[in-house]
Amino acid sequence: MNSEIKLFEDGKRLDGRKPDELRNIKIEAGVLHRAEGSCYLEWGGNKIIAAVYGPREAIPRHTQNPLRAIVNAKYNMAAFSVEDRKRPGPDRRSREISKVISEALENVILLERYPRASIDVNIEVLDAEAGTRCAGLTAAAVALVDAGIPMKDIPVSCAAGKIEGQVVLDLGKNEDNFGSADLPIAISPRTGEILLLQMDGHLTFEEFEKAMELALKGCQIISDLQKKAIMEKYQSKTEGN
Amino acid sequence: MTQERREIVIPSQLLGDIKENKAGRGTFVENGIIYSEILGILQKGSEYINVIPIKGRYDPLVKDLVIGIVEEPMSSSWLVDINAAYPALLHVNEVPWDVDFGETEKYLNYGDSIMARVLQVDQEKKLQVTLKDRNLYKLKGGYILNVEPQKVPRIIGRKGSMISLLKKYTKCRIFVGQNGRIWIDGDEDGVNKVINTIKRIENESLSFGLTNKIEELLKKDAKDVH
Repeated sequence: MNSEIKLFEDGKRLDGRKPDELRNIKIEAGVLHRAEGSCYLEWGGNKIIAAVYGPREAIPRHTQNPLRAIVNAKYNMAAFSVEDRKRPGPDRRSREISKVISEALENVILLERYPRASIDVNIEVLDAEAGTRCAGLTAAAVALVDAGIPMKDIPVSCAAGKIEGQVVLDLGKNEDNFGSADLPIAISPRTGEILLLQMDGHLTFEEFEKAMELALKGCQIISDLQKKAIMEKYQSKTEGN
Repeated sequence: MTQERREIVIPSQLLGDIKENKAGRGTFVENGIIYSEILGILQKGSEYINVIPIKGRYDPLVKDLVIGIVEEPMSSSWLVDINAAYPALLHVNEVPWDVDFGETEKYLNYGDSIMARVLQVDQEKKLQVTLKDRNLYKLKGGYILNVEPQKVPRIIGRKGSMISLLKKYTKCRIFVGQNGRIWIDGDEDGVNKVINTIKRIENESLSFGLTNKIEELLKKDAKDVH
């Protein structure tokens, strides 16, 4: 592909990052009062709110599983989150993302504690700048912990990709649009299990392995940020004698 | 409590080895290592490692006293919301009145509150409550306050110290349900004072010496009035 924009200059990317550098991430836990658990996350230009409701009885009834809870993640982009107005409501893309995020979360939540229940996770993208599914999943994980839901691990997600033949971590907007491949992954950082892996574009075996390695490293950094955000919210309450 | 300060733990945090400790509540074991499964406060006893949750849904236990709100009267039972993940069933056999078939609305209707006891929790988490015991009845008048269910032990205090303090200084009738609903009855000033104090307890539930702090506060309030 012949892109008009130069994505690399002097070994630095458009926004001045090194190839293995993440965008700035800010995580805040427990921002909503009505939700059982919530999280606000800023990841570069992405702004995301995640809210968790439940466990509560699953409705409609035929979706209930008598042995375990179901996870209903709902990913939604605000109409004003992208440059051209996004037509509101679920579309093919957001349904896909909702599905993969639900399945990633199902693998870490101790579902058998709440038979017949559903755990609803709402992910609202207020501002989008590439990598919203990773940011959404990362925010959802923090919101679940904040809701006091028993989990085996706090999942974390991050992407790597290829731009102008070079493998880089965490694609920005132009890199995503004009780059040649995107590889979002989600892992369980304690065990290293992979919860989500998608690929858009083509990578050779070597490139794929390098991208995986980069993304895994990114996940570990973000995982620490998640834990810090939760700790900050609750640690302050134990102080003041 | 012997610990200097309460230690917060988060899911997947490493807590200990199965050889040295036993895994208690709020923990799980994988490959011989104990991890936390919830956000909570670490409690390390001589034997067990427990994690006490600081947030989350009310998990009903048999014999818990709860405050329920009737959701739906059915022909021979009622569905009662007790703030758990699932509605609880109250069968006509479990009420002190003689209810004819299809006349359940005459006794308890939508929105009525009851003080009930959890009768049964089965494997599928199907819940049943009962009204057939002493001190269980339909609530009339008063005010119901919702708090975080995990904070109920703090509001009651050690051996009921906190709650008797509140009753003493406000002259209100107070009943704390294990499910995080609190029923308060008394004059307006008293009720307001109880609500404000409970909100304060909820906010500062993780700090030490809370009972003394609250007592001072209530004493000061009482002086200001006279």
